[in-house]
Amino acid sequence: MRHVGNRVARPEGPAKVEGRAVYVDDIPRAKDEWVGGTLRSPVAHGKLRCIERGDFDFSRVVVVTAEDIPGDNVQALIVDDQPILCADTVRHVEEPIALVAAPDQGTLCAALDALEPRIDPLEPVFDAERSQDVQSEISIDKGDVDATFEGATRIVEGEYHTDSQEQLYIETQGMIADPPTADGTITVRGSLQCPHYVQKALRRAFAVPPEKARVVQCETGGGFGGKEDYPSVVACHAALLAHASGHRVRMVYDRNEDLLATPKRHPSRVRHRTVVADDGTLLAMDIDVLLDGGAYTTLSPVVLSRGVIHAAGAYRCDNIRIRGRVVGTNHVPYGAFRGFGAPQVCFAIERQMDRIAASLGIHPVVIRQRNMLRLGDRTATSQLLKESVGSEEVLRRILAHTGFDRHEWRKERSGNKRRGVGLSFFYHGAGFTGSGEEMLKGKVTVELDDDGCALVRAGSTEIGQGKNAMFTAIAADALGAEPDAITIVDPDTAAVPDSGPTVASRTCMIVGGCLDKACRTLADRVGGDPNTPFRERASAFVRGGGDAVATETYGSPPGLQWDQNAYRGDAYPVFGWAADVAEVEVDLTTFDVEIVRFVTCVDVGHAIQPQIVEGQIEGGTLQSIGWSHIEVMTAENGRFRQDRLATCIIPTSLDTPPIDVLLVEEPFSNGPFGAKGVGELPMDGGAPAIASAIEDAIGVHVTHVPATPERLLEAWLEAHPDDAFFEAKR
Amino acid sequence: MKFDKPRSLGEALSILADAELEPHLLAGGTDLLVEIDTGRTAPPHVVDIWGIPELHGIQREAEGVRIGSLTTCTELYRDARTPDILRDAAWEVGAEQIRNRATIGGNLGTASPAADLTPVLFALGATVRLCARRGDRDLSARQFITGYRSNALRPSELIHSVWIPDRPDDERRAFRKVGTRRAQSISKLVVAVAFRIEGEVVIACRGGAGSVAPRTIDLPVLTREILGRRCTPERIAHAARMSAALDCAPVDDVRSTALYRREVFARVLVDLLSR
Repeated sequence: MRHVGNRVARPEGPAKVEGRAVYVDDIPRAKDEWVGGTLRSPVAHGKLRCIERGDFDFSRVVVVTAEDIPGDNVQALIVDDQPILCADTVRHVEEPIALVAAPDQGTLCAALDALEPRIDPLEPVFDAERSQDVQSEISIDKGDVDATFEGATRIVEGEYHTDSQEQLYIETQGMIADPPTADGTITVRGSLQCPHYVQKALRRAFAVPPEKARVVQCETGGGFGGKEDYPSVVACHAALLAHASGHRVRMVYDRNEDLLATPKRHPSRVRHRTVVADDGTLLAMDIDVLLDGGAYTTLSPVVLSRGVIHAAGAYRCDNIRIRGRVVGTNHVPYGAFRGFGAPQVCFAIERQMDRIAASLGIHPVVIRQRNMLRLGDRTATSQLLKESVGSEEVLRRILAHTGFDRHEWRKERSGNKRRGVGLSFFYHGAGFTGSGEEMLKGKVTVELDDDGCALVRAGSTEIGQGKNAMFTAIAADALGAEPDAITIVDPDTAAVPDSGPTVASRTCMIVGGCLDKACRTLADRVGGDPNTPFRERASAFVRGGGDAVATETYGSPPGLQWDQNAYRGDAYPVFGWAADVAEVEVDLTTFDVEIVRFVTCVDVGHAIQPQIVEGQIEGGTLQSIGWSHIEVMTAENGRFRQDRLATCIIPTSLDTPPIDVLLVEEPFSNGPFGAKGVGELPMDGGAPAIASAIEDAIGVHVTHVPATPERLLEAWLEAHPDDAFFEAKR
Repeated sequence: MKFDKPRSLGEALSILADAELEPHLLAGGTDLLVEIDTGRTAPPHVVDIWGIPELHGIQREAEGVRIGSLTTCTELYRDARTPDILRDAAWEVGAEQIRNRATIGGNLGTASPAADLTPVLFALGATVRLCARRGDRDLSARQFITGYRSNALRPSELIHSVWIPDRPDDERRAFRKVGTRRAQSISKLVVAVAFRIEGEVVIACRGGAGSVAPRTIDLPVLTREILGRRCTPERIAHAARMSAALDCAPVDDVRSTALYRREVFARVLVDLLSR
């Protein structure tokens, strides 16, 4: 291993740093190119009667409505409930009703202004607790929960809430669509995570076979899940306008439209009832998870699935009941965001563990050590943990680094600025859930050229996470080649196989694993003296007529069993493990929370590119820190209030504490070089660690994130009514 | 849109005097350009005053400092003649790029209730000089701000400068901005006070606050409750409570809640007066 574990230059890096990278909006305008825009609903729920045309010469533009869609008016994803354009019932604010393409921005704006949707309003539902519209329901049952509760002497109950969160990728959503070619091929290029998802959506919208729907990824300025499903919407819209107008059409959202119309993290409510023994051993867990899915199903069943599976935390318990449901409301559909349901339930279980510890008067470390999953234990889905379990090591390392086990948690403190320290302990399944990877059968193709260079063809996208460098290192070492002999082909459905989406912490472990195998196949075929440079040997092999192409299709590790109906068995091939320690200072004048220091220890299996892995962990941790106390994202009458960068607040560098990243490497036998997923894990533990630290500092048991100064003030005054200048009127 | 870019004060005043459409003044552009971009304002006539040398810079005068209306937050922050709490406030405005363009005159002219500099000008008893072809007039900063995003400026006038009287040696001054994060934030509330204590008795007290009412406010109730009194913790707490109750009229909005603003205003005031 010469490049795995050592730094490989990021192929796309210099252009990004020097400002030369070409994003969707930077691509030079074609002659005759038009610009596209979207007419959206101003109301959250209603019957669309008609679209009135005001004073404007509509011969100058092209208008597309639901009737103009050549294929199905269905945004193809999981359930066919979301139309590409609203034809009948409006279900959320900003729902697309019609599309307009125009030769220039001014004409486009004038045309959009002249279109007025007439909507008879219907009563909207915004409260998930009251929604009768269940989009998906999942249950996990293990052991006998009821019997344990019946004989229980100590039951700890808690209810926890998390609000939404915006991904806030730097580059907003954007697509360029070309009109169909003579043979009917549609080409769309844009900012996206999953080219083959977009292809699937186009196929349905245009009723064309896959080869007639070509999707090309442009340089992509961040995704964080926000470009998992929504680019399919923009792509269908742009392609419909290109199809109708006969022009190339570009649609790039401005920040306001992006914030108002695109999916964000699901808000959650999680209830815990836990039976504990006097020594803190978990005897039974009864957990109820509720997610607000918003107006359409989109990815919500999968988010719920991950949420439910992770709801019992990284803890061992023989009797577990988890009931999860995601319900429809008239909010803008919620969608994928790093962590994908796990951060919500991780916050709840970690707060519940602190609550249990406090009720027993034992240290937060002790309750976790007593119950943590270890090698040979079984999870909530009864998955046997057979290997690569870094649980004990991450806790040991973080305690050695921070001394948190010696810290007197929740000791009475004084002064106007109070410091506190908190811990979280968590795990995150890598790759798709259950038989997801088995059904997906992700593929990677590696091809050697005459010069002995390897072309890596995979549908995985570079979205800033370092996929190109990571693939380069894997390919180089698996082939025994130098990095300059490796070219990662940019994702284009006409040139790369479907490797599955770039989501779910799966690109390194799953796709990287396929890449590793394909490269080893080729290296075996090429053979020769390892002391001769690979390029020389490979070149001779290819020129000699050798089979220069290897395709690897993912196959699950042997022995994995998953029962989708019972939600039992091996939920993931493997888990990443982590612990966070946060130190905060709370100002009792303003209830501002300063994160003084943050330490995170993560078992990644093996760090293919340590610097990139640390960067992923720091970035995910910061998103978690932001969600914990700064990032407010709320809707009013179904419309997001934080609709500009002036109001959509995320941490600045001054809000960012020093973050110590400690890596633990418990290798996974089925991951490339022992690697497993790391992308989402760092999003899970920050919020509960900070909530725990706030509790330690000021004695307020935080049950709702973000723990804004407003919420902390109210909680503080409730506990200390004498300290209030004014009576809180609720 | 008609656009003028005068090169001297005289030229600018002539343009304003002769304007038929109500002209919008463009200084650093940190407010107006955003408003135009978002479609909230579509001014028929814009007069870009950035190139007028007379409006830039800070001068010492006999009994005070005169600050040209186009003085940027960066210039305010860097200049030792700027009173300390005005420097503190200038430093906390926006980001570096914003501070390089945002001006003291623009902060007054926009008259946003969330303005960071204006409460400080209230606390310092600053005077605003308005210029027109027909002549100049001076108004106290407090008189200049007349309501929610409105001020006393007439269409033919522009803000020439702000005059801040020299500070007494024994004056105590304090400023605090409570924002949504530690940089680049718009205030949830902002408070400035300047006061003097002789013996234990408060002999002068003037305050200003933002984001706690529809306009930048002065704090008459605070002054009434503390002036001539012994500055005990009980008196400070009482005055802060009365000021929060009667001077402030906060609302819930996207940045914070009325409850938080009123309570934290009182807590901040206690903190500032106890320093």
